[in-house]
Amino acid sequence: MKNNTKRYWRGLEELRNDESFVKNADREFTEVVPQENKYESLVDGSGTHRRDFLKVLGFGMAAVSLAACETPVKKAVPYLNKPEGEYPTIANWYASTYAEGGDYASILVKTREGRPIKIEPNTLSSVSSGASARVHASLLGLYDVEKLKGPAKGDNSKISWETVDTEITAQLAQIAASGRSIRLVSSTVLSPSTKAAIADFAAKYPTTRHIMYDANSLSALTKANEESFGKLAIPAYDFSKAKVIVGIDADFLGSWISPEAFSKQYAETRRVSSAKDGKKDMSRHYQFESILSLTGSNADYRSAVKPSQIGLVAASLYNKVAAALGGSSISVPSIEAPHLDRAAKELAAARGQALVVCGVNDPAVQTVVNALNGLLGSYGTTIDLGAPLYYRQGDDLAMNAFIDELKGGQVGAVLFYNANPVYDHPRGAELAQALPKIGLSVSFSDRADETASLTKYICPAPHYLESWNDAEPKAGFYSLTQPTISLIYNTRQAQASLLKWAGLNEDYHEYVKAYWRKNMYPQAGSGNFEQFWIKALHDGVFEPNQGATSSAASFSGNLPAAAVSLARNYRASASGLELALYENVGMGTGALANSPWLQEFPEPVTKACWDNFACVSQKTASDLGVEQGDLVKIDLKGKSVELPVLIQPGQANDTVAVAIGYGREKAGKSANGVGKNVYPLASFNGGYLSFAPGEVTLTKAGGSREIAQTQTHDTVMRRASVLQETVLANYQKDPLAGRFIPKVETSEGPKDATDITLWNGHEYKNHSWGMVIDLNSCTGCGACVLGCQSENNVSVVGRQEVINRREMHWIRIDRYYSSDAEADDLKGLEKASENPEVTFQPVMCVHCNNAPCETVCPVLATTHSSEGLNQMTYNRCVGTRYCANNCPYKVRRFNWFKYFDNDDFDYHFNNDLGKMVINPEVTVRSRGVIEKCSMCVQRIQEGKLTARKERRRPIDGEINTACAQTCPTGAITFGDMNDPESAISKILEVEREGRAFHMLEEINTRPQVAFLTKVRNKEALQEANTKA
Amino acid sequence: MKYNGPLIMNKQRKKTSFFSQKIVRRLPLFTFLVVVLGLSQALAQGTEGDAAKGETLFKNNCASCHKVTAERSVGPGLKGITERRDVPWLVKWIHNPSAMIASGDEYAVKIYNEYNKVQMTSFPNLSEDDIKGILAYIEQANAAPAAQAEATGAPAAGGATAQAGAPSDLFILVLVALLVVMLLVLGVLLVIVTILSKAVGGETTEGSEGTFMTRLRTSLTKVAGNSVVRSATIWVFVLLVVKATIDGAFNVGVQQGYAPKQPIAFSHKLHAGDYKIDCNYCHTGASRSRSAHIPSANICMNCHGVIKKESPEIQKIYEAIENDRPIEWVRVHNLPDLAYFNHAQHVNVGGLQCQQCHGEIEKMEVVQQRSSLTMGWCIDCHRKTDVNTKGNAYYDNLVQLHGQENKGALKVADIGGLECSKCHY
Repeated sequence: MKNNTKRYWRGLEELRNDESFVKNADREFTEVVPQENKYESLVDGSGTHRRDFLKVLGFGMAAVSLAACETPVKKAVPYLNKPEGEYPTIANWYASTYAEGGDYASILVKTREGRPIKIEPNTLSSVSSGASARVHASLLGLYDVEKLKGPAKGDNSKISWETVDTEITAQLAQIAASGRSIRLVSSTVLSPSTKAAIADFAAKYPTTRHIMYDANSLSALTKANEESFGKLAIPAYDFSKAKVIVGIDADFLGSWISPEAFSKQYAETRRVSSAKDGKKDMSRHYQFESILSLTGSNADYRSAVKPSQIGLVAASLYNKVAAALGGSSISVPSIEAPHLDRAAKELAAARGQALVVCGVNDPAVQTVVNALNGLLGSYGTTIDLGAPLYYRQGDDLAMNAFIDELKGGQVGAVLFYNANPVYDHPRGAELAQALPKIGLSVSFSDRADETASLTKYICPAPHYLESWNDAEPKAGFYSLTQPTISLIYNTRQAQASLLKWAGLNEDYHEYVKAYWRKNMYPQAGSGNFEQFWIKALHDGVFEPNQGATSSAASFSGNLPAAAVSLARNYRASASGLELALYENVGMGTGALANSPWLQEFPEPVTKACWDNFACVSQKTASDLGVEQGDLVKIDLKGKSVELPVLIQPGQANDTVAVAIGYGREKAGKSANGVGKNVYPLASFNGGYLSFAPGEVTLTKAGGSREIAQTQTHDTVMRRASVLQETVLANYQKDPLAGRFIPKVETSEGPKDATDITLWNGHEYKNHSWGMVIDLNSCTGCGACVLGCQSENNVSVVGRQEVINRREMHWIRIDRYYSSDAEADDLKGLEKASENPEVTFQPVMCVHCNNAPCETVCPVLATTHSSEGLNQMTYNRCVGTRYCANNCPYKVRRFNWFKYFDNDDFDYHFNNDLGKMVINPEVTVRSRGVIEKCSMCVQRIQEGKLTARKERRRPIDGEINTACAQTCPTGAITFGDMNDPESAISKILEVEREGRAFHMLEEINTRPQVAFLTKVRNKEALQEANTKA
Repeated sequence: MKYNGPLIMNKQRKKTSFFSQKIVRRLPLFTFLVVVLGLSQALAQGTEGDAAKGETLFKNNCASCHKVTAERSVGPGLKGITERRDVPWLVKWIHNPSAMIASGDEYAVKIYNEYNKVQMTSFPNLSEDDIKGILAYIEQANAAPAAQAEATGAPAAGGATAQAGAPSDLFILVLVALLVVMLLVLGVLLVIVTILSKAVGGETTEGSEGTFMTRLRTSLTKVAGNSVVRSATIWVFVLLVVKATIDGAFNVGVQQGYAPKQPIAFSHKLHAGDYKIDCNYCHTGASRSRSAHIPSANICMNCHGVIKKESPEIQKIYEAIENDRPIEWVRVHNLPDLAYFNHAQHVNVGGLQCQQCHGEIEKMEVVQQRSSLTMGWCIDCHRKTDVNTKGNAYYDNLVQLHGQENKGALKVADIGGLECSKCHY
């Protein structure tokens, strides 16, 4: 930060020096809170009156004295028959699988006293990596009180399963006999057993067809692959083998296919080491996109192009590479985009180690990209068609045909499994009209959602943590889902329902087992089946295809036809305002919207939560005369939506971007009415779902709506050494490049800031817990934020409280924009925010050895441990908030309310079922106390105790924090710095004279958390800029 | 250090005298009071040890095998033990009886053989002071019945002295306050007496100014109107209220002695005492997990599937199993939610006996909370207790480092046993 002339800013208000920003910049807490909601409760309100206070005080005194008279009787209720292997207060982990609409993660479910409380990644899986924010948030769905308690027929929820079965079976038989069609609509089904069950159902009712569709479709990609290579599939990509990566509107680190696995591969190419013979080369990543995606934020070179140009970018790139490598060129309008020539040149040079990925759902563009990858020799190296990915199997054409069929009245019965097309399909309104006219409609949804509420029957399926299932995310890589809790409500798995209606044994557990005996067991080679089954259940995964060599393929697609299509659909220059829809990294397609954790998860780039909004660039905003928060009306051929404006640096000019996944109406109290549903604005291009529906008009709708953004809530107070970065060429010359080493002027000349101290320091004889965060591996995805929230019972505070700057997350990911341009006037501002560099920095309590918070606490509620931890003792805290005010890292959070027992904060924690998710090892903080990252001290204590019980020292890796554990890229390393063999010690040994830096070294807080400088693979900066 | 008071101060416990010193230095006025107080304490104690503390220790550690009288129990009766053996011998014996027997100490071997070669449990945790306290208690307990027989109507000396024998700082403060009050009362009485005598004298000399009663009333009104007297009374009252409040506040939530009625009259005395069933047999979690585990009904059925099936109490277990309704025991030991406690750490790693905290559980018909379970109680033990480092590689390096710098044993407090985040997170 200090060593270059760049200007860093976290939000445009900081860049502009807005009055409100300047006013709040130096404050930890806002002085006057804008009260949209008045929390008028007697006890828990900021509006408590003096008389109320006295009443409560008097009542409290009376209650205490009464309570003191008699001991409250507490019960201890043991098991009647204790299950073997289950010990109260000892956690058990079960391997399972998360599969939701094609998203996949192999997971471990942590259970306590028989209830799942946390989801952790399964490291035995070679397909999935880490656990994303969405996977963590899916846990809350298990304890959602708004789910259906049993089967329902219309409004009648008292109906029994027997009646439902009899009625549905009779109707199905009649429909099949009359030859009318039965349709089963679902999102992507990863489970081979489920598909077999559906096939069994179809065998009984032969008019059945299974239709899969995806809310964010990749249908065109599979179609193009069929045309180009004869394989209707998504190939396996391997970013780890790529030297040059080009992304064309593909958010492969955020929302494209399997972002966590791709992040892991990508990070491998980005890691560098300051060791003498350490790895000092990186992949180079180009990104061409309309919105500033998470992937674009991580790119070395990024160009903003409009959606109407994106196809031509792919084609131009192809032509330029073809010119260099001797391929046939295609005739399309040429387009100029920054970095395009350089990208083509480097791609061609890195033949065999190059990868181009494209997220546009248009077969023509995908065909061109296939041809490009073929030219680059990617098939067989970075792309493997031999082991396809099954993450997205939806077929847009089939779904469209189904809707036409439904409207035409040709469908006798329709079943919806894991699908909510009324909400998440652009033609949802047509469906909603046609559905009530269908003779038999059934939904397996767990609640009466937008689609299910229109069906005749709802046969609720349990949560995946209560279910049996399996999954095959990649050919030859299987995993199992097993129940970790018995059924909470009177629900039945969709597969069991289908089997029952097909007249088969409805025990789906036995069905999966039999399927595995028949299909997977033969691939295992040896051993008896029971052993194989137990091992597969224990491991969660079975990967017979591991280690298979990737196969090459030759391109045989129709390029000229694609070129014609491209020339027709894309334009090199267009002046109109275009709409771009995108999938938000946290919310995804909106299926899990009723999870408050997910709603409050700050989107990695905008850092906004609890809303979707219209993103426009600064220039477009100036042109249109709108400002952040202004409500605007977006009109697209008669369809319109009203949203607040968010000014997004880096976004293509004349483009307005809106996230899908919001605007649910029947999902539950956390999701209903949050944001606006923009699926209806999506369009179809040749039958394929397009998130670039074309030109729109944007008009001021009057009024404004503040967007809950977490970013500018804490500032760096103009301190310079918070973030340190460099470029690869400089780093190769000097491992200390980009480092800021503060010197302090003394009477004996300049000294290192850490050499002068008033403190005695601490001696750590036993352990010294610390953390190293590699800013090069961190993609900013935010999985750690929710991993931490789940582990540490962090409260959700709601939209208004986020606006009031009172969010509670213990770990946040700071997102900095930076650019060389000066932003002194409006023009300069536009220039600066046109295409800034983005840096992510996860920040939690850094556990200072010279902790400013400890010295100011008047009651010693925050103290230092003999193991390097800065301890926070809630029961001692009286809430002066001195510590938060004195913390230079802004990581302390204050409980303004009793969030877990307050009706104003109805976010799962204040009902008995919702409270089941609470981690019993961590105190639920009450009102009026400060909290902050404890470095998962409960895990440290538990790990040490395990070691002591076994009369040994803890093994490195045995104790890990929730954030480090869940990180898909392994950017966070936690461990004992006193153990010379630990991973953290080894990194620090190498990087101490290299990339490792402490935040704000000049104030000599001596944190236990170190960061490694961010290195971008860019051309070297001017010599003058690198050495300050 | 120069004392204003006599040298008797030195005989007091270190803590007391330190406290006194502060007062002495600051307010010489108090010296006299403190000395008086010290004297009374010294008289009450009789021996060097702290008898009140000794009583608790005795009841927690010794009472299961020894009686204070001459009566034999599992071990010998302890009446007159200090006459039979000297203190250093006893300390050595209590700390490590097996070593004494092995070393061939005549008396030790004799006792060992006399009691069917059942060896006494060692108590290395008891300090020399603790043992002296226990001895003091034994002496006192034996003296008490005699005293009671002599002075009929007098309260049991044992109880009274035991209370006086445990002076906390607060207690001393209160005593001082009380003395001040008494002095003030004395002063007031003196004033009254003077006035009265004046009044009486006045009557004889002057005679005609109203009756005796009116004059008395006037004098009393004068006394009541005296600002010194008034403020003194108010102060005394305030001090007493504050003392009562503080005492009360310290005891909020402390349920020492809590022995609720349980749904099934399970007797620990019968199971753990008479039949000597190992605690871990039923409390399966004690060495394994945070909770010791209240046994599930299937553990009861291991034996009661055959034994005493017809007993109405056992029938309750059968009923619970048949109706699939778990037994709702009443929790005796209630630690607040904000405090983290782990049995495995203390039982498995620390090697503590259950009785250390739970008292002589094998003698309890109805389980009672013996320890206060306050933070002070926890911290106190962490300060005093040596870490059970033997054979545990976790501690090897720590012991070595500690040994280089210190002479004493490695205490729990030395390895962070007093830190907040050990129990609160």
